[in-house]
Amino acid sequence: MYELKYHKATSVADAVAILGDAEDGKVIAGGQTLVPTMKQHLAAPSDLIDIRALAELQGVCIKGDALVVGAATRHADVALHTDVRTHIPALARLAAGIGDPAVRAMGTIGGSLANNDPSACYPAAALALNATIITDRREVDADAFFAGMFATDLDEDEIITSVRFPIPEKAAYAKFPNPASRYAMVGVFVAVLDGDVRVAVTGAGEDGVFCHKGLEAALAARFTSAAVDGVDVSEEELMSDLHGSAAYRAQLIKVMAKRAVIAAG
Amino acid sequence: MSRVKLTVNGQTVSREVPDNTLLSQFLREDLRLTGTHVGCDTSQCGACLVHVDGRAIKACTTLAVSLDGADVTTIEGVANGDDLHPMQTAFNTHHGLQCGFCTPGMVMAGIDIVTRYQAMGQPLTEAAIREELEGNLCRCTGYHNIVKAIADAAQTMSGAAKAAQ
Repeated sequence: MYELKYHKATSVADAVAILGDAEDGKVIAGGQTLVPTMKQHLAAPSDLIDIRALAELQGVCIKGDALVVGAATRHADVALHTDVRTHIPALARLAAGIGDPAVRAMGTIGGSLANNDPSACYPAAALALNATIITDRREVDADAFFAGMFATDLDEDEIITSVRFPIPEKAAYAKFPNPASRYAMVGVFVAVLDGDVRVAVTGAGEDGVFCHKGLEAALAARFTSAAVDGVDVSEEELMSDLHGSAAYRAQLIKVMAKRAVIAAG
Repeated sequence: MSRVKLTVNGQTVSREVPDNTLLSQFLREDLRLTGTHVGCDTSQCGACLVHVDGRAIKACTTLAVSLDGADVTTIEGVANGDDLHPMQTAFNTHHGLQCGFCTPGMVMAGIDIVTRYQAMGQPLTEAAIREELEGNLCRCTGYHNIVKAIADAAQTMSGAAKAAQ
């Protein structure tokens, strides 16, 4: 790992200020993606600004008819939190399936969303549940937040502070994990919100997470796994790599969508 | 450079280290606690697992400076003098190792798994142990006895926890 200057931020405002002054600063929370990336010399920030311990970024609560998760809340804590398990059990189960236990003990929801890895789980939940990403300066709809592989709508010095999830009538996530990395080869999150059906797919798109309009229309008409059969899932714009071809991923999308619909009940 | 002050296995330690020092480097090279192994160095194998403030994390994927003030337990800190931790005894009894390289991480993971399941009040089934060992690789493929050892230690640890109440 290259040399760097480490800063422990005392508040989100402090982190933004340090980030603004740094030559090539990067925010770190759980570090479960960033540290390995830096070890491989794929990232070499001059400064690291640590926000993991900031009190204002922790915890889960119900606000009105939504579930709000602090950006530095760790996967293991989302998975176990009573409010998450009661109101959006699909989100708790998704968090319980990210990486491995040691990764879940450190990795954070804000870090996962800000990184927008094309195979990460949380982006699928945020998109399917029509979440709002709350930052130090504004609120962004999930539909406008994800901007392609490893890209988001965040400004260079903008920091996610929490995520607001509307509570769905039904939701479930089905993932086909890569046997080695446990990242999603394909993950499909299905949610029914105010009668609308949203279907977000991760692990498959060349531009990262996306909503599948065909699946959404078919499931809005009839919310059964059989409804998925008639949907044409094109392999265009899907990833093809050593783990699987685009055609294989297209097929997996349908299989995972069916499993998610059955699990959502 | 930054000064890092930690409690490691009950002792306060303080060192001046470069900011890019990993916890695994800090433990092995600065403190000479070489029981924490570095297997893959890419966050996949779990040989470097240590407990930080009660959570099992990968020492190779954490900067030492970021843990200033934390309480760290390594494999060197789990035995009570000459009395092995029940998890260590169980690995011995069930021959839960071949080459031994992954063993420190396996033992630290095992203790963490049993402690978490006890706290949740959930039964620790064989399937749960196998699922929970997702992040610990054994290349001698000795998982079967590792799983047996953790299940056995869970019984001992649960008995000890009840006796303490």
